[in-house]
Amino acid sequence: MVILGRYLLALSVLIFFVFPIYWLFAISFKTPEEIFHFPPVWYPQKIQFANYWVLFKDGDATSVWNSFILAGSSTIIAMILGTICAYSLVRFKTGGENFAVWIISQRLMPPIAIIFPIFLLYVFFGWVDSYGGLILLYTAFNLPYVIWMMRGYIEDIPIELEESALVDGCSRWAVLWKVVFPMARAGLFATAVFTFVFAWNEFIFALVLSRTEVTTYTVQVTHYFGGQSNFWAKIAAMSVLGTVPVFITVATLQRFLVRGISMGAVKG
Amino acid sequence: MSDVKISGLHKHFGAVHVLKGIDLEIPTGEFTVLVGPSGCGKSTLLRTIAGLEEVEQGEITISGQRMNDVRPRDRNIAMVFQNYALYPYLNVFENIAFGLRARKMPESEIKERVTSAAEMLGITGLLERFPRQLSGGQRQRVAIGRAIVRKAQLFLFDEPLSNLDAQLRDEMRGEIKKLHQTIDVTMIYVTHDQIEAMTLADRIVLMREGRIEQVGAPLDLYERPATHFVAGFLGSPKINFVHGEVLISGSEQVLRLVDGETISLPAIASTWPKNIILGIRPQYLGLASESRSPDDVRFSRIIDLIQPTGSRTYITVKLGGRDLVAEIESTSRGNVGDVLDLSFNRLNALFFDPATGRAL
Repeated sequence: MVILGRYLLALSVLIFFVFPIYWLFAISFKTPEEIFHFPPVWYPQKIQFANYWVLFKDGDATSVWNSFILAGSSTIIAMILGTICAYSLVRFKTGGENFAVWIISQRLMPPIAIIFPIFLLYVFFGWVDSYGGLILLYTAFNLPYVIWMMRGYIEDIPIELEESALVDGCSRWAVLWKVVFPMARAGLFATAVFTFVFAWNEFIFALVLSRTEVTTYTVQVTHYFGGQSNFWAKIAAMSVLGTVPVFITVATLQRFLVRGISMGAVKG
Repeated sequence: MSDVKISGLHKHFGAVHVLKGIDLEIPTGEFTVLVGPSGCGKSTLLRTIAGLEEVEQGEITISGQRMNDVRPRDRNIAMVFQNYALYPYLNVFENIAFGLRARKMPESEIKERVTSAAEMLGITGLLERFPRQLSGGQRQRVAIGRAIVRKAQLFLFDEPLSNLDAQLRDEMRGEIKKLHQTIDVTMIYVTHDQIEAMTLADRIVLMREGRIEQVGAPLDLYERPATHFVAGFLGSPKINFVHGEVLISGSEQVLRLVDGETISLPAIASTWPKNIILGIRPQYLGLASESRSPDDVRFSRIIDLIQPTGSRTYITVKLGGRDLVAEIESTSRGNVGDVLDLSFNRLNALFFDPATGRAL
């Protein structure tokens, strides 16, 4: 009886959290009549892709591609730079013991506080509405997080592995590539996923610093909220398009996130 | 093959003066063991030779070439670490080949060298495995294999056996000694274990608090320690130390121990300080025999403790207020509380100045 109660509790919590996601997917496949029907239609009578089709026909779907380019590029750049910085902080104590804390403190600042000066700066340099501008900004915002996270992962790498590689014929760069990256692989992917998701979901900077060329999907969704009416079908379809790539990315990378990968390196 | 010369080497870690002026020459092809208690600077010295620590002051040369500012990878050395330092994401073959690949060696030669090293170490069957699938002894063999394939001019070992259990340690110790005889390169080996030092070394460098206490062949250090510290560090069970006072009565010098026992001393004792330390190794302290030599020192004591080890038995008695261990044949019988007649030949005794610690 107690067990049954627990299952019921778990089930209700599950429904509570999953239902909005289900509803989003459901709407994206519904006809306009079904969307506004009362009492609600709990599931679409027939799977139809008209809502998606219209996004691709109007070219709105490219905003997902834009998001992908921006989040992907900034993640790759931030991961490479951040890992190198973190390595330097850990092994050479660059900037002293507390420099890392100062770096992460940069992440505490609310973006909205600096958005206006950045906008003016970007207008001055002509970077508004360009891939480069947003990639630069996302990279800058993600770097402290990457440095902080990678610092922890690199600290866990037994230093003998690096010293052994140095004696065996590696330069510092080769050590980074052949020892640090493989050893911190789980950490690299975990950090990359979070970095990617941050850039993917970013809204404020994308809204202020983009016009028509590099609209991201988060900004695109807001275009469907009209003064007269909201285009729920498009909002839902666009949101699904924006959710699925992240979901697939994380699901793919998940196998790299396994723990215990460093077992057997040194006596432990 | 190469020789190593170190002169005037100093090293600080923050405020701690770790190496306080090391001067050392290691001849070509020799197996040198750096030994000393924890924190004596032996590992730091080894790491400085490897180039993993910077030289602050002084000079290191290998084969006559100044190495102070040469990067570790350009010193042509191979190093085996205490923790094996195997790459968990590479299999045994790739672990051994790592240094060769870093030096861009042709694939055919890599294969040949790894295979022959694996044969030498008896790990041919393990080449496809990953480090996590190996036992401690196998891991250490792989780590040694990684050093062998490099065909380096100098081998450095940083306490390579201290993570192994006692039995495996004895086995690997023998293998390392054999390895030195087979490949005949200069080897420098760091350990805190005096047995390892005694059994492996051509020459022992005994270190203490950042300085070299004594350098020499193992038996030289054992038989003729330069200081009280060296005498106490080498040998198991530990040497017995007894404090006493030199008394001169007429032509004879005697050592009076704290509990009143007297021991006659050689003639040179007249130049010694008033208070000295007598050191006698347990192996030289035995049951008093019937035949008596003029250099024998005899005394009777009550047995406090008996520790049989199989081949020998260690008996503890009190002399001069201190525990004194005698090593005797296991065949002799006795019980705790029995009175035992013990003797040692005073020519086997060592004498030290308590003020300086130096041998007299």
